[in-house]
Amino acid sequence: MIAYIMCFILFLVGLYGVITRRNLVKIAVSMSIMEISTFLFFALVGYIDGGVAPIVDPADPVKTYVDPLPQALVLTAIVIGLATTSMLMAIIIRLYRKYGTFDIREIKNLKG
Amino acid sequence: MILGALYAIHAKDLLSSVIACGIVGYSLVICFLLLKAPDLAIVQIVVDTITLIIMVAVVLDSSREESYSKLDTHGYISAVTGILMIVILLYFFAISIQSLDVLGKSTLRMANYYIEGAAQKTGSANLVTGVVFDFRGYDTMGEAVVLVTAVLGVLTILRLKGKK
Repeated sequence: MIAYIMCFILFLVGLYGVITRRNLVKIAVSMSIMEISTFLFFALVGYIDGGVAPIVDPADPVKTYVDPLPQALVLTAIVIGLATTSMLMAIIIRLYRKYGTFDIREIKNLKG
Repeated sequence: MILGALYAIHAKDLLSSVIACGIVGYSLVICFLLLKAPDLAIVQIVVDTITLIIMVAVVLDSSREESYSKLDTHGYISAVTGILMIVILLYFFAISIQSLDVLGKSTLRMANYYIEGAAQKTGSANLVTGVVFDFRGYDTMGEAVVLVTAVLGVLTILRLKGKK
């Protein structure tokens, strides 16, 4: 229970960063923090006490495994997170070269 | 992790903010190892390193200081809105947390089918690999499409001469 709450607090921290910061790089960092909290939540959902990592050992077939389905989903989500983050950074560096600032208020005022 | 995240948001220097984000990512790796997910830990290490390199490259290419200025004048409305949003989010969190199992006691609902005889069906000893590449192969194909699209997008954005 406490782990779910910590995970939720991490998500709220990311959300707070996205809403309050004015710097584009800070916004990207906050979004990746939100992503990380989501990954942690999925891994928590799949966890079973006393389970082992889901790798089949034919010599010893009586184990309980950790749920492999959330792990597979998170595996996909991590790679897509990398793709979105790199896309975001490309857009940010393009904006910086055009306007010379990271501040979103100044970019809004410039009306390019 | 939460301390690292808070520092990442409040740091004055952008470089230390990015590195604090990297700290959060690497502590996620430790959490994955504690939660018995070695595949996720491996992938997260690689992805986090690449993300850190990209972010550091962007930050070093530009100005590092964040300029602070005064907040807007209508701060009260923002504060009330923020508190309202947090209350609403906490409400939904309280609802959803009751529908979940207690940590460590979760039941295998769908995954029983994946676990039973997966080694014979997919020929892979690693169940995560079996699920990703065999039972959910279309998901993985979509993931590859997303990656290719992102690479094309980055190449398009970073062209030297943009059209006017």
